[in-house]
Amino acid sequence: MTPLPLVAVAGNPNAGKSALFNALTGARQKVGNYPGVTVERHSGRLTLADGRPVEMVDLPGSYSLEPVSPDEAVTRDVLLGRQQGERQPDALIVVLDASNLDNHLRFCLQVIELGLPTIVALNMVDLAKRDGLELDATVLERELGVPVIETVAVRRKGIAELQQSLDDMLSAPFCGVHKPVKSDLIHLQRRAREISAAAVISETPVRRWTHRLDAVLLHPILGPLILAAIMFIMFQAVFAWSEAPKAWIQGGIDWLAVQATVVLPAGFLRSLVVDGAIAGVGAVVTFLPQILILFFFILLLEGTGYMVRAAFLMDRLMHGVGLSGRAFIPLLSSFACAVPGIMATRTIDDPKDRLTTILVAPLMTCSARLPVYTLIIAAFIPNSRLAWGVGLQGVVMFALYITGICGALLAALVLRRGVLKGASGGFMMELPKYQWPLLKDVVLGILTRAQIFLKRAGTIILGTTIILWALASLPQAAPGQKQSDVSIAGAIGRGIETVVRPIGFNHDISMALLPAMAAREVAVSAIATVYSIDSPGEGAGASSLQEKLQHRWSLATALAFLAWFVFAPQCISTIAVTRRETNGWKWPLFMVSYLFVLAYIFAGATYWTAVALGL
Amino acid sequence: MNAPFQPELIGLDRLPVGSKARIASVDWAGLDDGEANRLRQFGFDEGVIVELLHLGPFGRDPLAVRVGRMTVAIRRKHAGAVGVTPIRQ
Repeated sequence: MTPLPLVAVAGNPNAGKSALFNALTGARQKVGNYPGVTVERHSGRLTLADGRPVEMVDLPGSYSLEPVSPDEAVTRDVLLGRQQGERQPDALIVVLDASNLDNHLRFCLQVIELGLPTIVALNMVDLAKRDGLELDATVLERELGVPVIETVAVRRKGIAELQQSLDDMLSAPFCGVHKPVKSDLIHLQRRAREISAAAVISETPVRRWTHRLDAVLLHPILGPLILAAIMFIMFQAVFAWSEAPKAWIQGGIDWLAVQATVVLPAGFLRSLVVDGAIAGVGAVVTFLPQILILFFFILLLEGTGYMVRAAFLMDRLMHGVGLSGRAFIPLLSSFACAVPGIMATRTIDDPKDRLTTILVAPLMTCSARLPVYTLIIAAFIPNSRLAWGVGLQGVVMFALYITGICGALLAALVLRRGVLKGASGGFMMELPKYQWPLLKDVVLGILTRAQIFLKRAGTIILGTTIILWALASLPQAAPGQKQSDVSIAGAIGRGIETVVRPIGFNHDISMALLPAMAAREVAVSAIATVYSIDSPGEGAGASSLQEKLQHRWSLATALAFLAWFVFAPQCISTIAVTRRETNGWKWPLFMVSYLFVLAYIFAGATYWTAVALGL
Repeated sequence: MNAPFQPELIGLDRLPVGSKARIASVDWAGLDDGEANRLRQFGFDEGVIVELLHLGPFGRDPLAVRVGRMTVAIRRKHAGAVGVTPIRQ
């Protein structure tokens, strides 16, 4: 089978490349990885008018073919046909931001010099017009010597024309001439400015939206206040908006447990399905709404261009602890999950900055810890309103996030003074125009996350839950004995308990700690499974789990448990991605040990303080 | 900054917020390769007009600078490597 023609989409960061890629390929996308490096490979499929399929690949945004970051190195290597695991593209689409031609044309000129069949998409022409800029595409076409098509990717304008042009280009025979790249950056830049100036028909100076917004959002006093407010609203919303959908999911799970109890005969199989699978996985799935709300905010902040402003505002503070403002984006992504967060550190050019960011990323409260926090907070913190609709539970949640952030900053400070001593690198970032992200793109992003989460629930979480169920159910307790005392899991738990007893952890928690390494949300399903086995017939849901917790845990233990999870040793995926990113076991092992020590100390301090206060 | 006739050369880090200047010289050698490359990619070059738009809220660092049609953030220490002559409005 001959491989499909491969078309690569290239362009500067913020050229609207991904929007164009989405418009061309729709939802038929695959996210993979380039071998050997941790740069994501986004590919999709496009069907030409005559029905021929074409494989499309969205290359990481680049300013030039002289890479500064690993992403840019991948773009260069794919374009030169040197990237392992990727054939050289048969044609290229170079995306330009119409209102930033001076800069974007430079990379475009460099790519055209490679000699591959190339089409230029002059993107976001509508925004350029709004900014008072009118361009002549025919001038560009003449100067560049390749087809230029005006597009507005987010409105699908020009997409049909682009497809047609691609069709023509792929139908024409190509004899594969490769010219060496010779022009230097400064020369290319000057040429880019000339072409850009020639292509301008008219330019009326207008006060740009981005300008006006930045005057407020980057204001020395208002800026940080707005950033704090946005963060606060985000975490309040994670609680408030999720109540209703959580209740629906809970209802569905309870119904399922009842049905399974009715259908299955009492005994081994019923216990496995109801206490193991439904109780365990169900307890985790109810947190889907919260995780999706969190991702919704992160995608929105990224899509609007605000995330980079946040990095700008935070850079100096981050610099103070030896990180750069660039670390803000990976760290904020780590609130969703440390794995993409750690992968996002590849945009940090300085190796020590990057390693520090990787090591502290797990301290950002990832969404997998949300189920644990939510369960404990709901069970132990009264749901009272403080003022202006601000709930106490939300405040406690916020405090946990803040503790994680402070922990991360302190850890970075200590790391930069100790094992990772050295001058910190720079902070150079483009502040793109603000734009309203397409709802479709946000929804697509959320759906991808939901799919990943449910897949985890169906595999890792289901698997560990069943193993734990087996360990917790065997051997069977004699009448009068407590199942969790007799079982294998109970014995393992007792071993762990000797270590964690001093910090207020009971036997049930000890049993949950080990499987929580597989994925942190498993702590919830593990506790649910243990209690469900101990008291069959009480129903499997998290609502009843809450009541069980209230009976069995003291407030001091609950608080210590929360404190533990702020620093908790990472899940296996985080350790694996750290190993891959740092090329060895040294740093992941270091990370696990330092976080374990911190978790132990912090949980202990919380427990003993709470006990001393008589809680 | 108030020499009326002679355009004076100052570091970009000393330009007042909201004012424009023309880049007179860049100390490329004083920057490391990656940083110098990135500045070039952002369009920093002799003769280009820049405008200092915003300063970071803490310690007046980093700087948001308009270069051509692009706005970029750079740290004060790198801005110091860019010599500019202020343009009077």
